[in-house]
Formats: sequence, structure tokens, C-alpha cells
Amino acid sequence: MKRHLLSAGDLTRDDAELLLRTAEELRSLADRPIKKLPALRGRTVVNLFFEDSTRTRISFEAAAKRLSADVINFSAKGSSLSKGESLKDTSLTLEAMGADAVVVRHWASGAPHLLANAGWSKSSVVNAGDGTHEHPTQALLDAFTMWRHLGNLDGRRVAIVGDVLHSRVARSNALLLKTLGAEVTLVAPPTLLPVGVEGWDVETSYDLDAVLPKADVVMMLRVQRERMNAAFFPTVREYSRRYGLDGRRMANLQDHTIVMHPGPMIRGMEITADVADSNRSVIVEQVTNGVAVRMAVLYLLLGGSEPAVGATEGTNL
Amino acid sequence: MPAQSAAEPGTPTGSDRAVMDDRDVSRALTRIAHEILERNKGLRDLVLLGIPTRGVPLARRIADRIAAVEGAEVPVGSLDVTMYRDDLRLRPARPLLPTEIPHGGIDGKVVVLVDDVLFSGRTIRAALDAMNDVGRPEAVRLAVLVDRGHRELPIRADFVGKNLPTSLVESVRVHLDEFDDEDAVLIAGTSAPTGEEQTR
Repeated sequence: MKRHLLSAGDLTRDDAELLLRTAEELRSLADRPIKKLPALRGRTVVNLFFEDSTRTRISFEAAAKRLSADVINFSAKGSSLSKGESLKDTSLTLEAMGADAVVVRHWASGAPHLLANAGWSKSSVVNAGDGTHEHPTQALLDAFTMWRHLGNLDGRRVAIVGDVLHSRVARSNALLLKTLGAEVTLVAPPTLLPVGVEGWDVETSYDLDAVLPKADVVMMLRVQRERMNAAFFPTVREYSRRYGLDGRRMANLQDHTIVMHPGPMIRGMEITADVADSNRSVIVEQVTNGVAVRMAVLYLLLGGSEPAVGATEGTNL
Repeated sequence: MPAQSAAEPGTPTGSDRAVMDDRDVSRALTRIAHEILERNKGLRDLVLLGIPTRGVPLARRIADRIAAVEGAEVPVGSLDVTMYRDDLRLRPARPLLPTEIPHGGIDGKVVVLVDDVLFSGRTIRAALDAMNDVGRPEAVRLAVLVDRGHRELPIRADFVGKNLPTSLVESVRVHLDEFDDEDAVLIAGTSAPTGEEQTR
């Protein structure tokens, strides 16, 4: 039985398209006077956040509340987690409280898998970002945003630019976009491409200017300095010059090409303010779409007697 | 996008019996259109909402007939009731279907809900709840192509294409050109209903 959403790679093409179609129906809710649906009445969703996050937590909270679920926010700061409680004991506590789903963000790659597969609890686990590993709902909202602008993603070229090494967004996007038929090119300095990227089934490039004219989507990534323990590039200025998206580079894009960013963005580093605020930029729309996509995930996992998408119980990646 | 998956086009088995053909369906819809106009005394504040999947094309067809008689368009939309069903938890999570509320909304309007088959009445109850979250109509009426009886809730239709007395072991299916390449109403014989429960 399918119960969890741990990796974008767990989703089949049918799963992914069902999620996108469901999100499309749920998106119209934002235009209604009463932004509430009864589907998850009486279900409890716990947001378990071991790492700081504003938009993802708020987005999941809004999504769960709009589906009438009860939401419990549990963050590491100011809770028993900061007193040294183990993941297992936290999980047992949540199980005892009757959580139907646990949305987990953790600094350690693989923590959601452990939570889902260790047998500590019966709740569904949704990965809201684990270390430098995966962030499947971000990939879904990115794919949803592309799908709304470009239609079918078969054969579309997506350039993912920047700190791929530390990016769970890049990995999840690469997996999901492949499933949906798009061609992904990762653009980064050699030091910021992960070891083993050959196995990702994507193209890689060190030259942003060569990739941009062919791209249908340009996704800029933040340089995650908080995860860096070494010097990956000489100076910020040099990084910006070679891998930043500015007005001059934007002029070389095709007319229909959209610019995305998972946020939070550092204006002046990977993207200039004029690009971020241009009409090609769909960065604000990504946030709106995030709520609809997360509603779709929660509805399809919890709305029926059994989930309609996601990983099969007991599978590990 | 692939065709909606709520109801597969029925594959006629030997036991299927047609009780309405394309001309019967057409005449029934024409009569319903006139009855709606007569009851409403014209187009004033009229809105048609089809319940997906087959209620939506039926609502469009009724609207076309009304437009032909009155010479003006009547707003048509669709109302998905999936999340309001009382059996949501009894089956795997189901795909959502389109909800499109016409421009101008439904506040203060006379809404005519349109569905293909009226059976237990549970779909209509769900539709009334769904409408509650969209607005407050002045009145709600119900038009169905087929009323097969066996109500489980105190609900009745205002406009009925055909009253069709059935037994509970029979299943009634509506085929429409938009999905099934024909217009017909079929009764599947005495064998137990085979997963074709969308009419319920």
C-alpha cells in the first residue's frame, strides 16, 4: 500500500500527472469566498521541523488547514527535541497523539526514510526536505508551475543553475522532470556538482551562456553557504559574473522562457533584482502553487481509505 | 490530458438493454429545457450546474436548447462533489473533477443542478453541501435524465427525463456522445453491478 511521499523518484508518471491535475482543481479554491474543503476533517497533520523553514512550513500548514485537517506544529527549537530526544522517541510520541501524517523537515539526509520505514508509527510521512537529499513537494510545485506555463513537459529543456551540490531541490527536480519527459541540464562550477552526477541521467555544463538560449525554463538555486565547509569558488563576485542571472543574460532567453527560484533568493548573488522582478519571473507564483500542490499531496495520501500516490510501504531508496 | 477516469466507457455486455436511444434522450432534454423555463418564468437569474462527469455535457445541452428558445445565453458551470461525499473514507482517494462556477457566481441565483442518474440521493446531498461553500442561491432545483428510484435520503428531482423503475441488482448507465460515442440509457441485466457505481 502506498503511504508516504519520500522521494520524487517514487512517483510514476501516472502518479505525478494525477498530482498535477488534482493541484490544478485545488488551485481554483484560492479564488473562492470560502477557502476550505472538508476532505481531511478529523485527520491530524503534524509539521515536524528540525530545521528552520518559513515558506515550506507555512505552505504545508495552509494546505492542511484548507483541507480541514487539524495541524500541530512541532519545531526543534523550544521543544523536547532541543533537549536531546531521539527521533524514535519523538515518533512514538506523535504516534501516541494520533498523527495521521507527519510532514518532516530534517537536516540529516534520510531522516524521513527512517521515520517511514523503522516501524515506529503508522502515520504517513511526507518529506519536506532532508539535508542535501530530496525535497519532493518543491519539485512538484516547480513542475506544476512549468506545466501551467508551458503545457506538456515532454522534450522541454530545463536548466538548473547554481549550487547543485547542496541542493535537495535540484535532485528532486531532476528525478521528477525526467519522469515527466523533460530534459534537464545542470549548470554549475565543477566544485558545486555532486559526486556521482553521471548517474542522474541529466546533462551537465559549466557554461551558463551556452545553455541559456535553448532553455524553456531557467531555475536558479541559492548558494547554500550555511552548508559549506570549504571554499567552492574564489569570490562571490566571480560566482555572480559566471553563474548569476542578470539582465544581459536574460536578453538571450527565448520569448516564452520562464525564470524560477525555489527561494529564499539572494538578490545580487545568483539573480539580480531586475530579473527577479521581471515579467519572466514566476517566483511569487511558485509560492501560490506550493499550497495547491501540497493540498493535492495531503488529499491523495490521506483523503481516502488508502493513498492514491506515493511510495509503497517498506521500499527504500 | 487523458480522459477523465471516473467512469470508463461501458463495454456493452450481452445483458445490456437500451431503454432510451439518442432520439429519446434528445426529446427528454428538450422537454426539461422547456419545463425549466416555464417554472422559472424565463431566463431570469438562471444558472445551470452540471455534476461531473456526465451531468456537465447534459447541462450544456439543456443550456443550448434554452438559448435556442429564448435567444440568450444561460450561464453553465460544473460542480465537483468528490470531497463532500459521505463515502470518501470508504474507498481510495479519488481524483478531483472540474469545478467551474460561472462568472457572476451563484449568490441570489436560481441554480439548476443537472445529473445523469438519480439513485440514492447521496450525490445530490453532497452537491448541496458543496454549493454551500460557493455561495447562497435563491433556490436550488434538480434536473436528471433518469430517476431510477431507491432513494436513501429525502431528495426528489424537479425535472425528470424518464422515470425508470429498477431493481437494486440492476445497474443503470448513461452513455453520452461526448464520452461514449453514442447517446443511450442502458440497463445491465440481473447480474450484480460490476464496479459501475458512479450513478449512486
